[in-house]
Amino acid sequence: MTSCPPLRHRDEASPVSSEGSHSRFATRLKDKLASASAGVGFKHDHLDAILDNPGDVGFLEVHAENYMGDGGYPHRTLERVRQDFPISLHGVCMSIGGPDPLSKDHLQRFKALVDRYDPAMISEHLAWSTHEDVFLNDLLPLPYTSQTLAHVSDHVNQMQDMMGCQMFLENPATYVLFENSTMSETDFMREIVKRTGCGLLLDINNVFVSATNHKFSALEYLDAFPLEHVGEIHLAGHTEQEDDEGQPLLIDSHNRPVSDPVWSLYEDVIETAGCIPTLVEWDSELPEWPVLRAEAGNANTILKRAKRMHEMAPLGKRHASSV
Amino acid sequence: MLVPFNIMTRDSYQTKAFAAGMLNPDAPRPGEVIGPNGKAANKRYDVYRNNVTVSLINAVADIYPAVQKIVGEEYFRAMAREYVRAHPPKSPLLFLYGQNFGDFIDGFEPAKKLPYLGDVARIERAWLTAYHAADLPPLDPAQLSLVEPERLAEICFQPHPASFIISSDYPAHDIFLMNRGFMELSKVDMDKPQALMMTRPQTDTRLILLNKSEHVFMNAILKGSSLGEAATLATEADANFDLNHNLQMLLATGATTQILLDSKGVSQ
Repeated sequence: MTSCPPLRHRDEASPVSSEGSHSRFATRLKDKLASASAGVGFKHDHLDAILDNPGDVGFLEVHAENYMGDGGYPHRTLERVRQDFPISLHGVCMSIGGPDPLSKDHLQRFKALVDRYDPAMISEHLAWSTHEDVFLNDLLPLPYTSQTLAHVSDHVNQMQDMMGCQMFLENPATYVLFENSTMSETDFMREIVKRTGCGLLLDINNVFVSATNHKFSALEYLDAFPLEHVGEIHLAGHTEQEDDEGQPLLIDSHNRPVSDPVWSLYEDVIETAGCIPTLVEWDSELPEWPVLRAEAGNANTILKRAKRMHEMAPLGKRHASSV
Repeated sequence: MLVPFNIMTRDSYQTKAFAAGMLNPDAPRPGEVIGPNGKAANKRYDVYRNNVTVSLINAVADIYPAVQKIVGEEYFRAMAREYVRAHPPKSPLLFLYGQNFGDFIDGFEPAKKLPYLGDVARIERAWLTAYHAADLPPLDPAQLSLVEPERLAEICFQPHPASFIISSDYPAHDIFLMNRGFMELSKVDMDKPQALMMTRPQTDTRLILLNKSEHVFMNAILKGSSLGEAATLATEADANFDLNHNLQMLLATGATTQILLDSKGVSQ
């Protein structure tokens, strides 16, 4: 597969510049963004409308598991949209964050999709969903310790070795913390990158949800996040519940427009880090296509503005303007 | 407690205790799960418990819309809740989930008044399996004409992976179609048994209602009987069995993919 560069494990290779940390794999999507075009999560309900009027949507992301059947309509559909759009393959069920070994069957199914659809990038979550043989169908949290760091690194290496290309690991939205955690999430992810050479998928809604739920500053989190390794950004909507003490508890529900504070954080990130492939997710209570297209349009406006700024600003000033 | 890293087993941390509560509402929150700054975390842990249970109930509802329409949403979700707790998925591919939901319904005491419900569920399960089945071209009718006439009785057929036979003591075919919006709602005769064949020669799934001898014949063919054996069984079931009509149906529905000259070899 031409888009899969050989892996370079950061530990073994000579020091890698931040430029080199993005593989050609990610660069392909970045090239697409030279014209500043955000993507959306692809839903079959939107197929005809997307083909009819894609607007300035630049790529589509699909949940890998939805295409792990042998054949039929899902593959017809993905083949069709693949003709018009680069595809990002987003895994939801690899259970990378769990202690159990990754499923060899699941790795093979994922690999078959990579071979068949030649995705512009592949990603998975810092979370677990399978315990022993039971699949719990949710992105469940893990403590950040030297032990979980070792397991997650093993799993990321295993997935990258199997796929033959770099993968991007997504920060989770969480509702609880672990008493036994010994590292911050940002340090944990930075260390995973160092050990595996993977890239990161920064979900800014997840940052905002977790920051609200755990009373930390989203800006400080983003400041500590290794933005130079981010190959994709996710934006999505959330809903609000209450925690045990009646305080707001945000739920990463993907059923609403992106909230204003998340847009604002996104602008900060793009201003700091420059154009990064951006995707708007909307997974339940789906809107009509124009609503989702407009969400991508909002991201595109921000990306275009940042692109103009970066083109105009001399290099030194660009860095000085960073947070 | 500090435990040397190298003697900790992979099972010794987080997921066991965390997972234990996901499908068991009585299991306590694991002690290490906390809120920020010592805040309580019971409601927080319950968010995960709720996400897991509701998402799995939703997965069952997605597979069985006709069953849900028949019993109503509230009833369905209560039944599905019991199902997901008793039979959680063993694969991350949720389109494979619920293989035994029809059998579960058969044994579900409150649903005993709806004896056809399990059959409708089995049709819905097969419908989704057919939807995702491999894309294989249906048998080319020309292949049949290449078989020497004296060997016709010996040939077997490779079933298409999207082909299923489902029989019911009730009019489950009509009930399924009506509750999926494929057929206008009308009164059905509950004493009328129905058998059907499901096929998906290209992208669209088809249901074919079978009479007694068609059912015996198609069932035998899809289970690997030779043409001769299947015809004999069908004639025993109904002396008026029409082989030509049935062969036409076999070809037209795309129920098979290849002719097998015997159980070992493919034709040509």
